[in-house]
Amino acid sequence: MTWPRSVVVVGASAAGLAAAEGLRRQGYDGSLTLIGEESHAPYDRPPLSKQLLAGSWEADRTALRTPEVLSGLDLELRLGSAATGLDTRAREVVLADGSRVAYEGLVIATGTRARRLPGTDGVPGVHVLRTLEDALALRAQLALAPHLVIVGGGFVGAEAAAVARGLGCEVTLVTDAPQPMSDALGSDIGAVLRQVHTEHGVKVVTGVLAERILIDGGRATGVVLSDGRTVSAGAVLVGIGAVPNTEWLAGSGIPLGNGIECDATLRAGDGVWAAGDVASWPDPLTGARTRVEHRTNAGEQGLAAARNLLAEPGAAVPFSTVPYVWSDQYDLKIQIHGRTGGADRIALVDGSLDARKFTALYGRDGHVCGAVGVNMLRPLRALRPLVADRVPWDEALAAGAVEPPHGEPIPGAIPESAIPEPTGGAR
Amino acid sequence: MKITVEEDKCCGAGQCVLVAPEVFDQRDDDGIVVVLHQTPPQEQYENVREAAAVCPAAAIEVHE
Repeated sequence: MTWPRSVVVVGASAAGLAAAEGLRRQGYDGSLTLIGEESHAPYDRPPLSKQLLAGSWEADRTALRTPEVLSGLDLELRLGSAATGLDTRAREVVLADGSRVAYEGLVIATGTRARRLPGTDGVPGVHVLRTLEDALALRAQLALAPHLVIVGGGFVGAEAAAVARGLGCEVTLVTDAPQPMSDALGSDIGAVLRQVHTEHGVKVVTGVLAERILIDGGRATGVVLSDGRTVSAGAVLVGIGAVPNTEWLAGSGIPLGNGIECDATLRAGDGVWAAGDVASWPDPLTGARTRVEHRTNAGEQGLAAARNLLAEPGAAVPFSTVPYVWSDQYDLKIQIHGRTGGADRIALVDGSLDARKFTALYGRDGHVCGAVGVNMLRPLRALRPLVADRVPWDEALAAGAVEPPHGEPIPGAIPESAIPEPTGGAR
Repeated sequence: MKITVEEDKCCGAGQCVLVAPEVFDQRDDDGIVVVLHQTPPQEQYENVREAAAVCPAAAIEVHE
């Protein structure tokens, strides 16, 4: 292999690791450096808001690979090293300690960080859930059984609510959406989720913004809502989405917008590719620039970036995917294939909302755009080809789906802008 | 090649079944992965490696 002789991967989480492994599996035998800001070897984020927070796993179980498998990759692993700059002309990554790492090929997988509420950085009692430290800090707090107020009704908030109730905390979930997770699932299924959370003792407050966090004696003591109410809190979890980590690329010439603006093959510049939460690419399926913050996408894009980096000139392949995300809440296993954002209709395929066991198709502009399942995992997989092929809606209905699940079809069921939050630590 | 899975990590995504349907399946009731061939034939090796790589729960381990 004449080119490249050196590849640097910045970001040592799921996407970066997948890229490193993908390079080796494709036969790349040159020098390979994996740079991570955190001090931990690559670990998995979805368990942070589930098994780790619940205490059923300890931190070491979140490791993505054993030390033996990692060392088998023949990596220079530089952990605890934040990348602070990129010199695309010299082809060097600049690290926080001032050192520079030269590359011929570069994969950027620096992910996202949890969005915070202004003025709450470092305030005791205010938590986010994105990193292992975040999860361990929240877990320690939950052990004191505080009244946990969760700001945000996405995946992270809903999963943490379920775990915190299981640990005996009083829980209030505040979301500006009409129902928990309705951004991803629509109002009907969101209403089912709300009912489940309510039955488990969560106070669910919808259609309201959290205006600010009350701080007294240097500690969070409550949340002021936009309707004037104050909810007292022993701890606050803020789960309001994530921000792409691109600031370090300022001035590098790498195109930035909502993430790194790659081409369809995930290429972001000369010898530079991006993968995972931070990558925004024109999705060949929809034509729209898309950034996906899901665990599965991180793995798939890491592999794709590795393949395209090693491909002969002109042989890089556009990245295409059927996004997949899952969430565990109480005894519910919720899964989504495809894109539910912007769906204008929903049809039940199997089961019933009342039984909390069903599959449903989501449609947009006359075609299937997504499939959702609750506690029906194998049957849901059978619907995935309808999503992948964007089957015409009428054809899908003819195959047995029932529209609508409740009353009339739901126009504008899900806002265009809605992108499902990921399943772990505001990932 | 030998395949092991950690069932309590499996999230039931079924991505492994999509990549290597001759080697993996899912249980009907909870969607947990079922390994059909723990020592798969050589022509399945690449599919199996891919399946392990795309598993969103890192539940599949391949020993070679």
